Amino acid sequence: MVVDEVEREALDDVFRALADSTRRDIVVRTLRAEYSVSALSRLYPMTFAAVQKHVAVLERAALVTKRRSGREQLVTGNVDTVRRAARLLDQLELVWLARLDRFGEVLAEDPDPGARA
Amino acid sequence: MTVTGVQKDPASRTMTLTAEFTATAAGVWQLWSDPRRLERWWGPPTHPATVVEHDLRAGGSVSYFVTGPDGARSPGWWRVLQVTEPYGLEFELGDPAIPPLLVRVRIEEQPGGRTRMVIVTTFPDDEAMEQLIVMGYEQGLSTAVGQIDALFSTG
Repeated sequence: MVVDEVEREALDDVFRALADSTRRDIVVRTLRAEYSVSALSRLYPMTFAAVQKHVAVLERAALVTKRRSGREQLVTGNVDTVRRAARLLDQLELVWLARLDRFGEVLAEDPDPGARA
Repeated sequence: MTVTGVQKDPASRTMTLTAEFTATAAGVWQLWSDPRRLERWWGPPTHPATVVEHDLRAGGSVSYFVTGPDGARSPGWWRVLQVTEPYGLEFELGDPAIPPLLVRVRIEEQPGGRTRMVIVTTFPDDEAMEQLIVMGYEQGLSTAVGQIDALFSTG
């Protein structure tokens, strides 16, 4: 399947970022509401620093954005990035449907090779 | 050619495409077994494929690249798992864009001079991919119509 280089690397980052259950949980939560990093760190059995690292990975993959509000860092899930990755799955279907169209065209040139003398 | 069905099953992470052709199984098979024919349908007109290596037997591999409009080449490969000429094959499809897919092809002659081809692609056992599907359904996301148009105009 064909996607451009930049898009490909970005999607790699997204898949890698989502290969961790804590990070997946953070994305799902922050898609629904903004959370401070402190509030997030209270949800998981790990240190504040560990949660901060997870958020950094997600931010690098553009799955969340962070903004400062006073002393807090507020994290919001990025619907566009999630949507782009979900589209990839639909794109796979489209790639194969287009392939099958072309398959039919090439096949029509010689559909019954056994019939040749 | 008729595409008689596309089914996506998030639970088993599979997508099943079924197509029927007015052709024999041998006719369908040679589009997989002949590298020069394979090239002609594998890539879209905007990104034609060139098959470099084509060893279609268990343990063999197929390697190719597609060439973009700017001349840039993008590689891909198959690791062939199983071949039952002319009724089917199974391979792992590798492409830099996505985690490797398992592809299973079954070719079956039908009454009336038709042949049915069923292609089952399975996403890898990857929690990330699964989560994406779940998230997609949760958010009610659907295919962007624009992309369908774009693909069929170039494909």
